[in-house]
Parts: sequence; structure tokens; C-alpha cells
Amino acid sequence: MYPKELKYTKTHEWARETEEFVMVGITSFAAEELSDIVYVELRSEGGKIEKGSSFGTLESIKAVSDIYSPVSGEIREVNSKLQNQPELLNKDPYGEGWIISIIPVERQELNGLMNAEEYEKFVEEEKGK
Amino acid sequence: MQELLLTPLHEEHLKLKARMIPFDGFDMPVQYTSIIEEHFAIREKVGIFDVSHMGEIELRGKDALSFTDYLVPNSVMNMRDGDIKYTQLCYPHGGQVDDIFVYKIEDDFVLLVVNASPNYSIKDFNWILQNSGIFDVEISNKSPDYGEVAVQGPVSEKLTGLLVKLEGGIPLKELKRFKSSYGEFLGKRILISHTGYTGEDGFEIFCDAKDVVHIWNVILTEGKKLGIKPCGLGARDTTRFEVCYWLYGNDIDKTINPLETGQGWTVKFGKDNFIGKEALLQIKERGIRRKLVGLYVATGGIPRHKMDVKKDGKKVGYITSGNYCPSLKKVYAMAILDLPYTEKETKVDIIIRNRDVKAEVVDMPFVKPVNKRQENFTELRRGNVSKRTEVH
Repeated sequence: MYPKELKYTKTHEWARETEEFVMVGITSFAAEELSDIVYVELRSEGGKIEKGSSFGTLESIKAVSDIYSPVSGEIREVNSKLQNQPELLNKDPYGEGWIISIIPVERQELNGLMNAEEYEKFVEEEKGK
Repeated sequence: MQELLLTPLHEEHLKLKARMIPFDGFDMPVQYTSIIEEHFAIREKVGIFDVSHMGEIELRGKDALSFTDYLVPNSVMNMRDGDIKYTQLCYPHGGQVDDIFVYKIEDDFVLLVVNASPNYSIKDFNWILQNSGIFDVEISNKSPDYGEVAVQGPVSEKLTGLLVKLEGGIPLKELKRFKSSYGEFLGKRILISHTGYTGEDGFEIFCDAKDVVHIWNVILTEGKKLGIKPCGLGARDTTRFEVCYWLYGNDIDKTINPLETGQGWTVKFGKDNFIGKEALLQIKERGIRRKLVGLYVATGGIPRHKMDVKKDGKKVGYITSGNYCPSLKKVYAMAILDLPYTEKETKVDIIIRNRDVKAEVVDMPFVKPVNKRQENFTELRRGNVSKRTEVH
């Protein structure tokens, strides 16, 4: 149910590794939980970011949620489409709804993240709480 | 915390996999599928809400009408059978216990429809009881006995008309806005009113609590081909917010009097004594010092209840409600501001997450309610219902 090729954080972001950078978004679970995302605020391109620090805020009609970086590095690109089409986060969280890409300083940081199977289990536990 | 109350439709919400939240002492659906989808069902087709959490307080006896007239700032004595008026319950200092609807059923029977609050609106009930003094009136809190649904949207009349028979054989389309009538819903006795909280055409159906599941399910089934959706508190909030209907607890409360909010048209100083009259008269003569205004927020986030509003770094008020308006795809807010900052086009800052977000005072409402959309009327008639006048 969660894409196998991605890695996941406990704060419900996904990370997609490419040769040069790491793309980051939120999981379908997070998007459903927030539901109807209507405002996206992101840090600027070129900024430095630490693993676990917030790089932006998502607002839905009823909730506000910070998004956290799975890796330290430099913000290479932010998805500027989200400014006018925040609904992409709900419609296509793993595709057009990607949020930022980061040039990582330490790729090994990604090793501590969950794989799809582990994340699915984690979500089930969260739901049970 | 007190255990949450359940409306008689609670199981239906769970069957529909609604997301439930605590609201005014009840466990209520905030959304079934998506707040935005539900919002547009109401604006363009039809939606149904469970509003059984609302309170119903019956006043019976020879003083039912004169007692109501003393309780509320609006004039009640001239109401005809079946009339409905919007008004408030005010404290002696002019702040508000609640905002309510008065249903005059007949001379010795008035129904007050009040907001939900914990323990079946006991706050309102106790307030009314403790002010009944020498009036010859029997006051009963019937909130648990009533079920209520609201059917709202441009095709609500078509749908409701199929299912409801009014007393005296009057067709539903002859029930004017702010009028109520007894009738039958497929054999079940109901009270139906041409009212709502969305800015769209619509009806509210009151029934015996044990009949509401049947009524809800029939409306959902019959409404399917008209595009009906069950709608939660989320869409109730976005629809009421766009047309700037006040929400008790946010835009009005015990610290805010009706002259500050634009509710002044409901305060009738010409009538006999009513609770709060003296204070409100003083406020009127001295002039209000702050006012509820609309704010447009171009970018920077969604203002939320109680966020500070500043001008040149000085606090000049606070946000009462803020939201994304799905019909306009824009963010607006309502705020109580000190009077010098309430002129249209005044620029202020809203403090969102420790940042100054620019906002501008604009006219309310942000979307015109259906009864004020005259200039769009021909377009609406042509079926172009999604087109609406943007105020700014």
C-alpha cells in the first residue's frame, strides 16, 4: 500500500533517493489525516536544513502540521506548484505532490528510516492509539 | 472530562465512516469524505447535516410570548404563528449567553432553538429558568427528545418537497424563509422550517428523536440522484463562514455585545424592558469601541481563533474566525478590532506562527447568501449555480 522504493519517517514523510538528491513528501496516510490541504508554506531554495528540523508547514481547514526533513543538507528545489495547488498533496502525494528535494550531506542518515513494510506496521500502531 | 453525548444518528455516522470529533459536549462528525467536497455539495446541489445536537427549549403557557420578549432583544410580540426570528440571550451587561432562533408556534407556545452546549444546552436552559420570575410559563428542556436534520443547497426544496407534507396541504415551496410549519415526513410528524446556517436555500426538520434515523436515511437515499452528500461540521463551518454567519464561542460570546458584531438590527430599543436593555442602550449612546470586521489575507497562512491582530506592532484586536473559503479559493478572517482600525481597506497584521501576516479590512459577507444574490438571480435561474459574486 506504501510505495516499496521509498523510505519513511515516524513523522510521516517519505524520502526518494536519486543519484544527486533526495526528494521528500508526505505519505498518503498523513495526507488523509490532514485532509483537504489548503495552504503550504515552505523554506526557501538554497537554505541549509538539519535532519529532523521543520522545513515547512501544511494547513488544512481544520489542522496545522509541520513537516520535517529526513536528512541534513541543502534545499535544492521546492515544488512551486503547491503554492497554488495545495490539493496535489492529497491527490498525488508520491508524485505531483512532492514537496522538496535536498542535496544531502550524509546519505547514511537515510539508513535509519523505515521501509514500506515497517512504515505500514508503524501506521497500524499509530491508528490503534 | 464529562462523557460525550451521542446524537440519535451517531451509529449512522460510524457506518458512513465519518471522522468524529468532540463538539459542544457531543461526539460529532467533522467530515465524511472531504470538507471541500461536502462544501460544494451544499453550494451546488444538496447536503444533509445531523444537527440533533442543537438544543430545543419549549416555553408553554399564557406568558410564553411576553416572557420570550423579555428574554431577547428582538421583538417577539408581533410574531405570527409560524414566524421565526434570529436573536440573542443577553446578560444584563449586554454580552451574550447565546444566539438563538425563536419559533412562535402559537400564542401560548414558543420553541427556542439554541446552540448545543454540554449536558443538552443546560447553560441556556438554566439561564432561561432563573429569569422566569413571575411569568406564567412552563419551561422544558426538550433537547434530548428532538432529532434534527438540516437539508441545505439549491435542490433542497426539490428533494424535501417530495418527502414532506405540510399541514393544511400547503406545498413546501410556499413556505417562506424564516417560516415554520408542522407536517408529515412519510407519516412521521415533523416541524419543518425554511432556515439554515449555510447561506444556501434550505430546510431544517425537527422530529421525534426516535424517527430521525429513518428520516436521515430516506433523505440520503432519495437524494442520491440529486447528488446529496452527508455533511459534517467542517463544511458547516466553511459554508457559514463564507457568508459570515456568527458562530457562538468564536465570533460572539459573553464578552461581546450584539452592537459590536453587526447583530444590532436584532436589538429593538423601542420595546419594553428586556434583559441587557439598559447596558446596550448605554453602549449605543456612548458608541461602540470595537467592531467585528472581515479581513482578506492574500498569503501567509490561515488565521485561527484568538490570534492577535496588530497595527504598527500594537495589538488592536483578535481573530474570531478564519478559514479558507472553498467557493472563492481565498483566505478570509473575521476579527474584533478597535474602532479606529475598522474602516474598509485598513491594513493590519495578523500574528500567525510568530510572523506578521498582512491583512486588509473588507466588507462582509465574503460570499453573498442566496437571498442577497439578486443580481445573480437570472444566472442562477439559468442553472449556472456555481457562479457567484465575489464581494471584492
